[in-house]
Amino acid sequence: MTALITLTGVNKYYADYHALRDINLTINAGEFFSLLGPSGCGKTTLLRTIAGFEQVTDGVVMIGGADMAAVPANLRPTNMVFQSYAIFPHLSVAENVAFGLRKSKDIDKQTKAEMVEEALTMVGLAGYGKRAAHALSGGQRQRVALARALILKPKVLLLDEPLSALDKKMREQMQVELIRLQRQVGITFILVTHDQEEALVMSDRIAVMFEGEIGQLADPETLYRRPNSRRVASFIGKMNFLEAEVNAVSDVIAIDVEGLGPLQVSLEQAPEPVKQGPAVVGIRPETLGILFEGETTDRKLIDGVVDEVVYYGDMTYYDIRIKGISQAINIAMKNLIGRPVLEVGEAAQVIWDERALVVLN
Amino acid sequence: MSLRIYAICYLIFLYAPIVLLPLFAFNDATVIAFPLSGFTTDWFAELATNKSLHAAVKNSLFIAFTSALTSTLLGICAARAGAMHRFPLKAGIMGFIMLPLVLPEIIVAVSLLVVVVQIFDWGLSNWTIIAAHVLICTPFCIAILNGAFQNLDPSMEEAAMDLGESRFAAFRLVTLPLVMPGIISSMLIAFTISLDEFIIAFFLSGASPTMPVYIWGLLRFPASLPVVMALGTILVTLSIILLTIAELLRRRGMARAGVKDKGGFL
Repeated sequence: MTALITLTGVNKYYADYHALRDINLTINAGEFFSLLGPSGCGKTTLLRTIAGFEQVTDGVVMIGGADMAAVPANLRPTNMVFQSYAIFPHLSVAENVAFGLRKSKDIDKQTKAEMVEEALTMVGLAGYGKRAAHALSGGQRQRVALARALILKPKVLLLDEPLSALDKKMREQMQVELIRLQRQVGITFILVTHDQEEALVMSDRIAVMFEGEIGQLADPETLYRRPNSRRVASFIGKMNFLEAEVNAVSDVIAIDVEGLGPLQVSLEQAPEPVKQGPAVVGIRPETLGILFEGETTDRKLIDGVVDEVVYYGDMTYYDIRIKGISQAINIAMKNLIGRPVLEVGEAAQVIWDERALVVLN
Repeated sequence: MSLRIYAICYLIFLYAPIVLLPLFAFNDATVIAFPLSGFTTDWFAELATNKSLHAAVKNSLFIAFTSALTSTLLGICAARAGAMHRFPLKAGIMGFIMLPLVLPEIIVAVSLLVVVVQIFDWGLSNWTIIAAHVLICTPFCIAILNGAFQNLDPSMEEAAMDLGESRFAAFRLVTLPLVMPGIISSMLIAFTISLDEFIIAFFLSGASPTMPVYIWGLLRFPASLPVVMALGTILVTLSIILLTIAELLRRRGMARAGVKDKGGFL
C-alpha cells in the first residue's frame, strides 16, 4: 500500500479556538477512510483542510508526495461532495456534471457529452442529463454531486456527511452503492460522518476524533472490539463499564472486576498498556447473555434481576441488576424461537465470559 | 365586516389623490377643480416641447442611473460579506450600515450640505446629489440583496472552486447568475428612489435642478399645474412599472433558488 495523503503535525486555530490538535495521519491510495466523531470534533475542518478550503495554522499536508501549502482548492487533486450537495440550481443535471470539464479545453464537446453520460450511468442516473437540477430529489442530488466530482477522476474524493440528509432506507441503500462505487473506480474516499454504524459498514479504516484530536485509528473490527479508551468505547456502539483493579501485569493481566471477582485476561484485551491500580473494564451487551429455561451453557453464570426491558422486534435489550455491580448491565438478546420476553422484576441468570472484556485505563 | 370597511377606507385614503393625477392631466382646463370640462392631451404635448424640463429629466435620469449602479455595487459587497463571512462586530456593523434607512432625509441633506460647502468648499453639482442618493439607496439595496445572498448556499462557490474554477470565476459562474434577479431588483428600486427624491436634491443641486425640484418650481405658477399633473402621471406610471418588475424579478429569483417567499417590498 502506498501512502497518498500524509498530514504531519497539523494544527488549526480559529482565533483562540484550537480546532485541530497536532494531527498525524497517513491515508493510503485506494482506501475507504472515515473521519468519525461527534459534532464539533474537527472532522469537517480536517476534511476541508485536505480540500484546501481551510489553511493549516501549523503543520504539513502532502497529497501524492507534493506539499499542498501553496496549492489552492481549485488546483488540488481532490474533489468534494458537500453536505448540502451544492448542486448549481440554475444549471441542468448535465451542465452540473460537466462543470469541472470547463477547464479541459482539449476535450471536444462530443467526448464531454459522452463522459457526462458515463458518469451519470455510473451513479444510476442515465438519461437524467436534460433535467433541471432544482427539480431533483435529495437522493438524486447526491448522485449528481457524486457524478460531478468523479467525472474529474480525482486522486481523492472527499465526502462531507453525504448521507445525513437522507432518510434511513435511502441511507442504507446509498451506503452499499458508495462501497460498490469506490471499488469500481478505485479512488481514495475520505468520508466524514458522525454515524458510527455508517463508518463501520463502509470503511477500511476509521479515525475517531474528539475535540480536535484523533482518539483512535483502526479498522472497524479492532475499533469495535478493542476500543483504546472509554470515550471511543462509548461513542461506538453500546458498552457496559465496570470498575476494576489491576493487581498484576505479566504475560496475563490479573484483575479484580466489581461483581465478577478476580480474573485473568490476556494482554491483547488491553489495547493500551495498563499498570497496576484502578482501571475500567468494558463489555459489549451482545457478548453477554441470559440463560433461558431449557437452554444450557458451559460459560460462567451470575444471578441478576431484570430492571428494564426494551423490545426492538428482532432483539430485546435488558437492563439487569447484579449484586456487587453499581450500574445495571445492558444485555442484548436475539428473540429466538421459544424465548420469552422477560418482565421487570424477574430473576435472570447472566452468561458471561472474561474473553469478551476489554481493559481500559 | 367592519375590518373590510376599514380596509376600503384605508385604500381610498392611500390612492384617491394619486387617481386624481391622471384625471386632471387629461382635463381640458387650467384650473384644478371639478367638474371636469373635457378631454385633452395638450398638457402632455406641452411637456414634450419644454426644453428646461427636458434638461431636468436628463439630469434626474443620469443621477438615478449612476446612484442605482453605485449603491447596488456597494450593496453586493456588503450583502455578500454579511451572508458568507463571519467577522467581529458583524451585527453591529450591519446595523450601522442600515441606519440611513431611518435617518430623516432633511438631516442627511443639511449635514451633507454643511460637509460639502462649509468643510470641503466643493461646488454643488449632480455628483453631490449622486453621493447623497447613494447614501440613502444603499440600505435598500443591502436589504434586497441580503435576501438574495442569504438564500444562497455558501458551499456553492466552494463547489465551483473545488471543480477547478478560481474564486472570481466561481463568483461569476455560480453566485452571480443566482443573485442576478436580486441585483436587477435592487437597481430598479434604487433608481426609483433616486428619481423621485426631492429634499436632498433640493438642498444639494447646483445650477441645473432635478425633475422633482423643477416640478416644485413650476408650482409657483398656477397655469402650469396641469402640466405638473401630466408629468406626475408619467412618473407614477413609471414608478409602478419599475417596482412591479423589481418584485417579479425578486420572486423569480426566490423560485429559482428553490426557497419559500419571505416578504419583500410589495
